[in-house]
Amino acid sequence: MKPLVLSLRRRPDQRLDMSPLVPHRLTGQSPAEIGRIALQTTRTPVAVGDIFDVRVGDPTHLRIEGSCDRLDQVGAGLMDGELVVDGDVGAQAGRLMIGGRLTIRGHAGPWAGSAMKGGVMEILRSAGDHLGGPFAGETMGMGGGVIVVRGGAGERIADRMRRGTIVVEGPCGAYAGSRMIAGTLVVLRRTGALPGYLMKRGTVVLGAGSEELSPTFIDCGDHELVAMRLLSDFIRGYSPRAAACLRGPLRRYAGDMAVLGKGEIFVGTRT
Amino acid sequence: MRTLTVKGVRIDDTFAEAFGMRATALTVTADTPRWARQAATTMTGFATSVIGCGCEAGIDHALAPRETPDGRPGVRVLLFAVSSTELQKQLQTRVGQCVLTSPGSACYAGMSGAETLRLGDALRYFGDGWQISKRLGSKRYWRLPVMDGEFVCEGTTGLTKEAVGGGNLLIMGATAQTTRLAAETAAAAIAAVPDVIAPFPGGVVRSGSKVGSKYKGVAASTNDAYCPTLRGAVATALDEDIGAVLEIVIDGLTSAAVADAMRAALAALIRLGPKRGALRIGAGNYGGKLGPHHYRLRDLLP
Repeated sequence: MKPLVLSLRRRPDQRLDMSPLVPHRLTGQSPAEIGRIALQTTRTPVAVGDIFDVRVGDPTHLRIEGSCDRLDQVGAGLMDGELVVDGDVGAQAGRLMIGGRLTIRGHAGPWAGSAMKGGVMEILRSAGDHLGGPFAGETMGMGGGVIVVRGGAGERIADRMRRGTIVVEGPCGAYAGSRMIAGTLVVLRRTGALPGYLMKRGTVVLGAGSEELSPTFIDCGDHELVAMRLLSDFIRGYSPRAAACLRGPLRRYAGDMAVLGKGEIFVGTRT
Repeated sequence: MRTLTVKGVRIDDTFAEAFGMRATALTVTADTPRWARQAATTMTGFATSVIGCGCEAGIDHALAPRETPDGRPGVRVLLFAVSSTELQKQLQTRVGQCVLTSPGSACYAGMSGAETLRLGDALRYFGDGWQISKRLGSKRYWRLPVMDGEFVCEGTTGLTKEAVGGGNLLIMGATAQTTRLAAETAAAAIAAVPDVIAPFPGGVVRSGSKVGSKYKGVAASTNDAYCPTLRGAVATALDEDIGAVLEIVIDGLTSAAVADAMRAALAALIRLGPKRGALRIGAGNYGGKLGPHHYRLRDLLP
């Protein structure tokens, strides 16, 4: 069946809250009803019909065309179905999503996949700071699901992550996996300084090392672990490059000893 | 008893009577096929009969690296017990003492099911706080640091209540040698059938039992009707030409699997023929009132 397509006519004058435009909230709505959904974040009202062309189709295969970085919370709270975005998105794309599949064919702003609980989010270009991370005051970041970023990512990705898997195929900024509670973060290219900063538990895999590893991570030697084979098999469907990175010996650093110290950073030994 | 003769082998017109059991399956892997089999052999040791061992267990078949979760050589193990509680207890102690301890081993669920048994979820405490949980998709794995690296163990495994224990064949031959060859042939045929095990040594049992005894407090005793040395002394079930009897006991995850195994064994015995193997094939039952599963030999003939 044809997807329901929302095509952006022009760059909006204000930032828009796109969170109402997810499949489970659009199912059963007529094009006219969809056109009346309010998206404004200022006092100037903006409805879907004012700024998008709506092409009728299956709302469980939603598509947003001509997207730009002023569209915030794209796919936030996604429960099921599929949402494909052609173009960049603003902040908080896929925040708190619990299922379904969100594909962003462009750059994503900060807090993409923030505190998501399930589903799969794929960003074909880069992601901003706090990928999967919590808002100020929230005690947990990502709690499940999979995020794959084909490009690079900003600082403090996987902050306070509790469960799930994040793969960044490019480089990322400082403090990757900071305050991690558990879960898995794989970064294929070089990360900024102090990955795993204050992580309690969880696994960070650095395909190409980091600018500076904290002295509170203790070298535990090179290992070829069975668990990495399982992780590699699981990741292969999302990122064959990351799957290949997990094969072969990896150097294990235990930490962060400044806190609980039950986390681990694996660094590829071929780099 | 009426008998049929198929290619010279006499088949009793009787049936094997079997019981419902609780069962689970595991996949045990290691760095080499030898060590995967070693771990599986050790964990299925002393597991011939629920009467004395708590469970019946055995190796279903070997697994190629592409068939296992971690891409290493493995072995599929089946465990059967009379209750879910006992099965849980046996699973935990056997994996904990025999698989966890085996070099390079890992242990995964060998079947899925609506109901589960705790596997790694129960063994994780061995990690003394250093155990690591990894949830990948819908599965949870435990990583326990051990002296050769890590023991990886899936959190749970499936439990089936559809399992059947006690499918059997009585193989009767002219001498101990021909009967043993016949039993080996039948056991080899059963080993090729998936989802079944023959839990006794090499798949064969020589001390078939009857219910009750002349001694107080002994629940089971030797099946004198099938003992060739007592042929003249008791109400024997043996003909003049039978010099030895061996039994094969079969447990399966489903009733259909047990029937398939018995069918395969019968076909192999008939193929071997009466000169080299069995002169007569029978089956054990309790009159049909105790066990809900009946396998009539004439229905299973090739």
